[in-house]
Amino acid sequence: MKHGLLTASAALLLLVTTACGDGTPDEGTSPATSGEFEKNPYPSTYKPYPSTPVLLKDATVYDGIGGVFDGHDVLLLDGNIAEIAADIEAGDGVQVVDARGKFVTPGIIDNHSHLGVYPSPGVSAHSDGNEISGPVTAEVWAEHGAWPQDPGFVRALAGGVTSMQILPGSANLFGGRGVTVKNVLSRTVQGMKFPDAPYTLKMACGENPKRVYGYGGGRFPGGAPYSRMGNVAGYRSSWIEAQEYKRKWEKWEEEGGDPPTRDLELDTLKGVLDGEILVHMHCYRADEMAQIIDMSKEFGYKVTSFHHAVESYKIADRLAEEGICSAMWADWWGFKMEAYDGIRENIPLVHNAGACAIVHSDSDIGIQRLNQEAAKALADGRRAGINISDADAWMWLSANPARSLGIFDQTGSLETGKDADVVVWSGDPFSVYAQAEQVYVDGALMFDRTNPDFTPVTDFEIGQPGEGDMK
Amino acid sequence: MIRTLLAACTATTILGVCAAAQTVAVTDAKLWTGDEMIEGATIVIRDGRVTAVAPDASIPASIDRIDAEGAWVTPGIFSAFTRVGVVEVGAEDPTNDAAAPLSPFGPALHLADAFNPTATSIPVTRIEGVTRIAVAPGFGSGMFGGQGFVADTSGATDSITRPQAFTFINLGEGGAGLSGGSRAAAWATLRAALVDARTYPARYIASDEGDALGRLDAQEFSAAARGQQLMLIAVDRASDIRRVIDLKQDNDQLDIALVGGREAWLVAEELAAADIPVIIDQYANLPGSFEGLASTQHNAERLLDAGVRVALAYFSDDSHQARLVLQSAGNAVANGVSHEDALRAITSSPAAIYNMEGLGTLKPGSIGDLVIWDGDPLEVMSAPTRIYIGGVEQSLESRQTKLRDRYLALDESERPLAYKR
Repeated sequence: MKHGLLTASAALLLLVTTACGDGTPDEGTSPATSGEFEKNPYPSTYKPYPSTPVLLKDATVYDGIGGVFDGHDVLLLDGNIAEIAADIEAGDGVQVVDARGKFVTPGIIDNHSHLGVYPSPGVSAHSDGNEISGPVTAEVWAEHGAWPQDPGFVRALAGGVTSMQILPGSANLFGGRGVTVKNVLSRTVQGMKFPDAPYTLKMACGENPKRVYGYGGGRFPGGAPYSRMGNVAGYRSSWIEAQEYKRKWEKWEEEGGDPPTRDLELDTLKGVLDGEILVHMHCYRADEMAQIIDMSKEFGYKVTSFHHAVESYKIADRLAEEGICSAMWADWWGFKMEAYDGIRENIPLVHNAGACAIVHSDSDIGIQRLNQEAAKALADGRRAGINISDADAWMWLSANPARSLGIFDQTGSLETGKDADVVVWSGDPFSVYAQAEQVYVDGALMFDRTNPDFTPVTDFEIGQPGEGDMK
Repeated sequence: MIRTLLAACTATTILGVCAAAQTVAVTDAKLWTGDEMIEGATIVIRDGRVTAVAPDASIPASIDRIDAEGAWVTPGIFSAFTRVGVVEVGAEDPTNDAAAPLSPFGPALHLADAFNPTATSIPVTRIEGVTRIAVAPGFGSGMFGGQGFVADTSGATDSITRPQAFTFINLGEGGAGLSGGSRAAAWATLRAALVDARTYPARYIASDEGDALGRLDAQEFSAAARGQQLMLIAVDRASDIRRVIDLKQDNDQLDIALVGGREAWLVAEELAAADIPVIIDQYANLPGSFEGLASTQHNAERLLDAGVRVALAYFSDDSHQARLVLQSAGNAVANGVSHEDALRAITSSPAAIYNMEGLGTLKPGSIGDLVIWDGDPLEVMSAPTRIYIGGVEQSLESRQTKLRDRYLALDESERPLAYKR
């Protein structure tokens, strides 16, 4: 997808394709009408695949919430984490996997992916991640543009990714709703949707919206927004409309009569104001994040996570106070002005300030080795005197992204009763040489590097050169 | 001390070796020479050049000794395909000189004219151990991107090692689009350009126009067209690579290397037989386009097994993240390449592809580009502890490290952070 040979910097492609956040109602798989309208008309049909009980023996286990246990066993039963202990007895019918010398971790969760909406091959017909028709497109949903046959899902699985958030791009002020999926291939997007995950809303700060609309089309002046001032005015105008829309519905709920006319865009924004939809906002610069925080208070909602957040280190104290996550790269920088101050210690500095740090990819390549991205950040932090343990750093890869997606009660750590979304690594996953050997989702083996029967091939790659190859 | 040395490093000799180079001996090194491993090695650098490499090399008295205490030592890393130093901020056109889409020229474009040794990406790249970079033009108005160069990352005034190191040509989907909309047009253009260049200046006596190249472009392409300069060809699809092999067979004098090569493993034997090396992106394992359907992270492994020379590069952000080639090499090892071959692919192999004798190796006579590491250089958690370019010790500071140091403590109780540096 990236033609680095053709451009000065393939990261330029990301100028439009990167984005964060999108919103979804908190209503789960059952139809939720709540007296107003159907909030979950495209419900998840994902069901865990059948699994046999698995006992991973004698591994080094990161539980994903700061614990590390050498020589421990992990029992996966009925799709859940049943037990983590030394020397668990294998009961009848339990498949025992010798994991000595190997590492067991929670599955990686990428809260910023465009797989499916910018799939491979990256042909023009596949460009479904930015509804550029206007700066406010809160009415669009990533799940309606995502192609479940993207080979990128398979590559991500081979990198130990068991769940991800698929987001619209960052062209718009309000880019639309994101969708959280289990990384299990399906014929339909609904078949991947993470059951009961709240909806999310993607918003974008900074250069992208003003470039796409203000400078777009070769006209001068172009449309609005043309500046960061225009960006903020655009968000505020929309929030004012959303407040009015919310009042109309509340009035109708109290007084009855004809319901207000539905507005898809405002449905999503109202969902944010109602606290049902989580805001994920693409924002690079520290000063812009501070403006957005004030704006969220002006209208009474919360930003769940800033994405890319290359300057979070400059306001890590403030982000800690506000309880806002930062979803970051280890070392991307310089591809545009708002990424100019990127530093390699961003992630550890955010963590060290007591704020929520997340390693994200925004890339069909980066998603394949998020463990290495965490390792780089960890090592750079240590060289700067920020001593974070390996086990704590795993929170950046599973627990914190799960929290940012509202799914931490189900996945993101190895705790009894949680979904058995588990990776067995060939060695220390903070080593460049380690690979995900087995990946379990809800206890079912979905990828096994050593067994071709467990390396899926998407429809697109069937019958093509390299079909079924080790990728 | 370091600042003084760098400031003094204005007079340079050929290959960018600083006239003020130190004399230094590194002892007890776990050394990768570019060809082999030597444990407990001593390396002596004098006047910018390596003078001795051996487990028991004699060390002249009175020179600086650095005891590596068994640490890894490698030649400076050579990032084989970059845009470092020609782009300051990718999206800001006035700071981005990589491609010239509005220029009528092709081979006449010398990207070295655009090189800025004080670009922020230079120290950012250097402090991760990358001391030499091949810098390639982007493609603008045609399938000829222009001529790329090789430079060091010292940031010194004259840090260009070879200003016209290669001519860059696109014969894939991109080249097809830029030359008329079909691969057939790209090949017709290339064939015509070869004739134009080889018959320069005779055919331009009567007219400034050739079949494909104007007078200046023909002049500038004549070295590559006659096999006196490397022709670097961007190509990915197996069938396109076969056409390049045909070109080499029909024009045996040409010095050709490929960059991209996503499906090169499918034609590995033919590439080996034709002695055509390939610069690849280790991470290219998705069918991102129809010319890379067979992309796999085992490309390097399979090419090396067939005897093809392979160099690694990081294509996803070649202007700011050329430093990540070390991580790429580590991933190559995870996908079947031997540790030594992975090191070779970021040291001696790129130097050989670009015909840069003395770079990418630490042997008697080599340029004194040397890095001492705090661990296995291919590991993502390792970093350099000392870096020498042309025998001159380099600063480990960058704009990024300065920003980091400013914000390590968010204490503005006395004054704004802007006063801290």
